[in-house]
Amino acid sequence: MVQATSSPDTTEDTSTQQLPGARRDGASPDAAGLGRARAAAFVVPSMVLIVLFLVLPAAWTIYLGITNYRLTGLAAAHPEIVGLDNYTTALGDDRFLTSLGLTLQFVIGSAVIGQAGLGFAIAWTLRDRRGFVRRVVEAFVLLAWILPGSVVAFLWIALLDRDAGTLNAVLHTPGAAWLLDHPMLSIIVFNTWRGTAFSMMLYSAALGNVPPSHLETAKLAGANTWQQLRDVVFPRIRGHILTNLLLISLWTFNDFSPYLITAGGPEGKSEILAVYVYKVALSGGQLGFGSAISFLMLLINLVLALVYLRMLGRRKEEA
Amino acid sequence: MNTTVSHLLGRIGRYVFLSVVLGFFAIPLLWLATAPFDSTPKITTSMPDFALDNFRALLDNPYAVESLLNSVWLAGGTAILVVVFAALAAYALSRVRIPGRDALLYGLLLLSSIVTGTATMVPLFELAFRLNLIDSRLGVILIMSGGLLPAAIFILKDFMDSTPTSYEESARVFGASPLQIVRHIVVPLVRPGLATVAVWAVANVWGNFLVPYLLLRSPDKAPAAVIMYTLYTEGGQADLRLLSTFSLLYSLPVVLMFIFVSTRYGFRFHGGIKR
Repeated sequence: MVQATSSPDTTEDTSTQQLPGARRDGASPDAAGLGRARAAAFVVPSMVLIVLFLVLPAAWTIYLGITNYRLTGLAAAHPEIVGLDNYTTALGDDRFLTSLGLTLQFVIGSAVIGQAGLGFAIAWTLRDRRGFVRRVVEAFVLLAWILPGSVVAFLWIALLDRDAGTLNAVLHTPGAAWLLDHPMLSIIVFNTWRGTAFSMMLYSAALGNVPPSHLETAKLAGANTWQQLRDVVFPRIRGHILTNLLLISLWTFNDFSPYLITAGGPEGKSEILAVYVYKVALSGGQLGFGSAISFLMLLINLVLALVYLRMLGRRKEEA
Repeated sequence: MNTTVSHLLGRIGRYVFLSVVLGFFAIPLLWLATAPFDSTPKITTSMPDFALDNFRALLDNPYAVESLLNSVWLAGGTAILVVVFAALAAYALSRVRIPGRDALLYGLLLLSSIVTGTATMVPLFELAFRLNLIDSRLGVILIMSGGLLPAAIFILKDFMDSTPTSYEESARVFGASPLQIVRHIVVPLVRPGLATVAVWAVANVWGNFLVPYLLLRSPDKAPAAVIMYTLYTEGGQADLRLLSTFSLLYSLPVVLMFIFVSTRYGFRFHGGIKR
């Protein structure tokens, strides 16, 4: 993170050190006669917004996380630095640890099994199909993906409604409430429904690169479906699988939309980290403590990304 | 014999699986499409009794209609800002050799996927507070733009790299300024890329709940995502007629935009997503 923070500045520095317009008649002029100074001017507006609203907040989270900053009423008290107190408090706090565990369930259930698993299964089943069936299935999955989160949340609340919900009636005797009895499963299903399209499309594209002749050969050699997948398909699309898992795990880990459907309840049974931070920091006013949790989330994001990039890199070296 | 039986079972399995998938995805969508026209909506499988009363009831709710306009402002403002800034930056980064440029871009892209609104909501709130951007639509637009720009620059640079520089060179010979070259030569060449980024930015802002929920205090500035949530959480019993109608109206623009884009340009992955 620190590296990325400093690199935009170095870029601008080198460009202003060059004489403005010096490149225009130089040995290797750029096509538009842009010159490094003008190029910098084109880049600056984006960089200002990125630094201000992406880099700075990340850095600020680190600082706020070691303070006891609280918001009481409307007056913001002056923060004092308390070192790692917030972190030791968090690690000894049942609510935080529960939240971490629920987030893990959410990511594995909704991203890995739900979105990636279901997305791959759909792409695999439809791989040889052209025409109507494929178009209809893909259209519905895609529609679920493009609907706004608030609408999808409302749809699932309505479907799982205690008194009138169709799905609730099918899954339970009337009067019992699926949403309240199985809050984690509810948000996992909800998020799978919203997110599967991305994985499905990615795997459809990836399966297009697997030569059908290789699958035919495997089939003739007597390989069953699982053996075909393991020996022919997965090795060829490993890069796609890793990319997909990285992106959807990151998105799911940081997803705030379960708040829309259960608000973390009942009794914190679906309180994933994103919801926990919101409750502690912004509705509870413990900005310092909330920032510490946020920073832990950033660290987990970073580790996730680095592990996957490492695996991708190793794959490229092998190739 | 054995192979035909297993082949048959495989076929049956595929159809059963596809039917389950179709049911899972289609039933909520069909409910969304029909409930608004049902004058006595209950979430049961009764045939809808067609009526447009619900739309009239929605028009009577001042916040609902206003919030859709707010969504248009936020999404439009962000899309314009992102497209203009990202196009300029991508052009400069594509045409001028800067050492470490690709590393910078990858770094920013990585950073933008790691630093999310959820993990930085406290400092974003703080920052908005200090910059006097609480309850300001501009604040939401700027913050959303900051988050979307890295990926937008990345996608557009891909497009810029693949266009030939010869037109720009000849325009330059005729004395066109860099901004003129961008406007009259580069923009028409990369129009599909600009459209992709614009649509992607609109879709992102249109559905975003967290940022406006954090920053906008007065209900008359809130976009549809926030108003919708307050409509179904406030007052205990949700008004299904109002909500289902609102859901449909709120979803329609992104659905239409998506259909337009996929028929016009074909739906595919670009830039950072494609590997």
